[in-house]
Amino acid sequence: MFPGQFEYHRATSIKDALDLLKQFGDDAKLLGGGHSLIPMMKLRLAQPAHLIDVTKIAELCAIGESNGKIAIGAAATHDTVANSSLVRAKLGLLAEAAAAIGDVQVRNRGTIGGSLTHADPAADYPAAALALEAEIRLDHEGGSRTVKAADFFLDLMTTAVQPGELLTQVSCAPIPSGTGYAYLKHPHPASGFAMVGAAAIVTLDRNGKFATVRVAVTGLGPKAFRANAVEAALAGKAADAATITAAAAKSADGIDALADIHASADYRAELARVYVRRAIQAAVARAKA
Amino acid sequence: MAVVPKFVGARIKRREDPRLISGTATYVDDVRLPGTLSAVVLRSPHPHARINSIDAAAARSAPGVVAVLTGEELKGKVGGIPCVAPAEHIPFHPLLAQGKVRFVGESVAVVVATDAYKAQDAADLIEVDYDPLNAVSDPEQALADDAPILHEEFGNNLVTRALIPNPAVDEAMAKADRVVKFRIKNQRLAPVPMEPRGVLAQWHQANGQLTVWTSTQIPHLLRSALAAVLSLPENRVRVIAPEVGGGFGAKLNFYREEALIAHLSRMLGQPVKWIERRRENLATTTHGRDQITYLEVPVKNDGTVLAIKAKFICDMGAYLQLLTPAIPGFSGLMMTGCYKIPAMSFEQVMVFTNKMATDAYRGAGRPEAAYIAERTMDMVAAELGLDPVAVRRRNFIPKEAFPYVTCAGLVYDSGDYDAALTKALEIVDYPKARAEQAEALKHGRYIGIGVASYVEICGIGPSVMLPPKVPGWESATVRMEPDSRVTVLTGISPHGQGQETTFAQMAADAFGVDIDDVTVVHGDTAIVQYGVGTFGSRGLSVGGTALMMSVGKLQDKLKKIASTMMEAPPDQLTFTNRTVALQSDTTKAIPLQAVVDAAYGWKMPIPGMEPGLDATSVFEPSGCTFPFGTHVAVVEVDPETGVVKFLRYVAVDDCGNIISPLLVAGQVHGGIAQGIAQALYEEVVYDENGQLVTATLMDYAAPRAQMLPHYELAHTVTPSPLNPMGVKGVGEAGTIGSTPCMVNAVMDALKPLGVRHIDMPLRPEKLWRAFKDAKKA
Repeated sequence: MFPGQFEYHRATSIKDALDLLKQFGDDAKLLGGGHSLIPMMKLRLAQPAHLIDVTKIAELCAIGESNGKIAIGAAATHDTVANSSLVRAKLGLLAEAAAAIGDVQVRNRGTIGGSLTHADPAADYPAAALALEAEIRLDHEGGSRTVKAADFFLDLMTTAVQPGELLTQVSCAPIPSGTGYAYLKHPHPASGFAMVGAAAIVTLDRNGKFATVRVAVTGLGPKAFRANAVEAALAGKAADAATITAAAAKSADGIDALADIHASADYRAELARVYVRRAIQAAVARAKA
Repeated sequence: MAVVPKFVGARIKRREDPRLISGTATYVDDVRLPGTLSAVVLRSPHPHARINSIDAAAARSAPGVVAVLTGEELKGKVGGIPCVAPAEHIPFHPLLAQGKVRFVGESVAVVVATDAYKAQDAADLIEVDYDPLNAVSDPEQALADDAPILHEEFGNNLVTRALIPNPAVDEAMAKADRVVKFRIKNQRLAPVPMEPRGVLAQWHQANGQLTVWTSTQIPHLLRSALAAVLSLPENRVRVIAPEVGGGFGAKLNFYREEALIAHLSRMLGQPVKWIERRRENLATTTHGRDQITYLEVPVKNDGTVLAIKAKFICDMGAYLQLLTPAIPGFSGLMMTGCYKIPAMSFEQVMVFTNKMATDAYRGAGRPEAAYIAERTMDMVAAELGLDPVAVRRRNFIPKEAFPYVTCAGLVYDSGDYDAALTKALEIVDYPKARAEQAEALKHGRYIGIGVASYVEICGIGPSVMLPPKVPGWESATVRMEPDSRVTVLTGISPHGQGQETTFAQMAADAFGVDIDDVTVVHGDTAIVQYGVGTFGSRGLSVGGTALMMSVGKLQDKLKKIASTMMEAPPDQLTFTNRTVALQSDTTKAIPLQAVVDAAYGWKMPIPGMEPGLDATSVFEPSGCTFPFGTHVAVVEVDPETGVVKFLRYVAVDDCGNIISPLLVAGQVHGGIAQGIAQALYEEVVYDENGQLVTATLMDYAAPRAQMLPHYELAHTVTPSPLNPMGVKGVGEAGTIGSTPCMVNAVMDALKPLGVRHIDMPLRPEKLWRAFKDAKKA
């Protein structure tokens, strides 16, 4: 496993990172935890001439609360997110998704910005980001823009990030009290990625009917997605088992499911239906608690 | 009054572990010699192709490159890789492909450069012009008339055919109430040791000597093979197995790279190193299993099994490694398991396919056999509507029958199969578990209880069981040094088994010294007398017996000398607390050091006695040992997802007397992990064109801790009469018991669906489909 030759740059600030990006253009790759990029480089499937390490930029590692939102720096590791008391208290779904990623070693190095930018179709974070309606900040020379999670994932390993842009922050409104949530995944037996992962956020009105419901699925298709048909089937309905089951049955509708030796497209679609149902049920139980 | 052993039988922590868990152990890659060059092997992306030409000009002139070699350039300079097991067709096995490639990953060229990065850069510049050929990856297709032929000189893809006929089997078929027939598969597995293979070779030009550090289980056998392939005198070749991070049988072999790197060092006059990468490990280190078995089992309605008839199709891969065609034999010979089945017959068809060679993998033929025997018991029970436990008890060899000669001619040394089964069932509370299972089913929950009573072969030898160049004996030298510390040189080559601990326990008790007074040395052919190696759960029962023979020789000498100093007969002396003492009264003693001083002194106390304290012994066992046990698993299968949840896992293993309980537990734990992984997760997959699908650990599902149950371990103790310690061996037991146990449990859970058998690995999708199909029906 010997990567081709490359030059390593440790960016000291966001500006520094953007300058380096501008300088090296397409020859450069941003380096987070490196758990996807480095193996690709070792197999020489990726051969960037320059690596710009953004994990030592202090402001990218911070997690804080401002303007009523929880903001997570792009270089925060999965372990940091999973164990942040702020995230656990106010964005429990994101903490659950972070804790479900890979293993301890992966969580100690992998970063939220790296994971979202890589947009592996089986990554855990995208489902949580979609369900939380996260806002993703992309900085470029002289400015920044914010992209909604729903507009961020474009296709297999393809995102809204443009050349010269650096994902700097993920922010979400805190999950209000009385809201139930759950992230459930069926791990791939070899890679540990989500064969299917389902995120659900639910609030119930005083009659026990769905007031808000947001459901997102990862692992099933080329990109994570909001299960709009499921949400529509639940909106305003009673949160009972039959309703949830009938709605969850639409989880894979219109999705061209992935397949490998461990799970065919049919089976993945069924897993999506089952895990979506269970995630909604778990979220409902928590909303009631 | 006998001295109570202090270390043998005690829960001693492994003495190897501090260096392993602190990262201070020395593996091949940690050996750094000045001026070492790095090698990278260029490998075939094709399962089967003709090599028209190789253009290495750009690579040869790339920065840092010292040499590039192809198969053509090796012709006439080095020999091929040997297969020592007999077979009808043994092809020439080159170090680098010649004319054709026959599996994905086959070595085609090697680049040597000043570092591995430059070597890889240069390897990327080599252009190989391939003419792709049709490939065959299904062993049942390999003998079809239109199958592509791997080795044209043989005219077909047959490796060899073994036929063990028996007219008694046909008679049994005729008088049976019914004949249970089924087909089962032991899928192809990758051993995946934590440390991949690696080789460092250093040619000493001045004296024509070669030193090779390699991650191997058999340094001495490898030295012999290397010397032959390189045409070097054996006394000029030194093989060192430094720390070896697991082998599982995959390093009981002699690989192309071991010869290639040694040849390169000799050619270039500089040290050369090659470290296998994980992708290479999955593609080019031997695989295990890959047997399809068609079974016919005549039975009586009461569950008595009258015979077993089997046809095996065994996938050998593209070339034959050291023991490749020898492995299936064990599966055939052991397939009657713990049962007094009066007759058996089998046919084995071994074939070439466009895949990596198979060879030994933890259990080597016996897991396949136990899987056959234990699936047979459950299939018979299902067919006859009997409890699988009752069927086992009806057919068990009774404990009075040992030593028992099986219908295959094997002599089982000792056993009490019902005791292990009974103990396992007690621990799991079998009647209660069955009641809970029935109750759960009423609520739509599918619980399964699986039982597997296995017996296997350990302590491999004797020599007649093995091919001529892989003998079955083992050696040990024991020295008491002038300061009365003990050095043990063992011919086995532990690589995780922990004999630095067990052998020290045994030697320390024997001489009445502390365990820290004993050093166990292994794995260096220049230091240790010729030995055979570590495989087939033979380290303790064969290597340990050689050790105790040498210990006994030194004890005798020490006692004789002490007897003149104490004026007591030698046979009334014992060793305790660093003294030589009277057995009847250990307070009457002289320091061991005084006796050692005398042995090494300028004047031996006994005229004519050789000075020094050094003894070497070789033990040739009279037979194998046959450890056994019963594993019981309780699982629940989720009908919506097919996911298997573990409720209980009980393992009762009988490996005879136990020297080191923690080591036994460790072996059982690791064994069960690999066995369950075969049942549920692992499979090397080649597609129908011969392309390797499970090329990385992102695809090949090696088990992680959270994918395994909590183990409840217990033992029965039935000593072996074949060695003085009464031990049997435990290195492979867990693997052998757990695979059929887990499959039986899952199939038991699916029994209400009318499902009898699903081939491994029992991926959730397969189980989900079984529920789905049952719903449809």
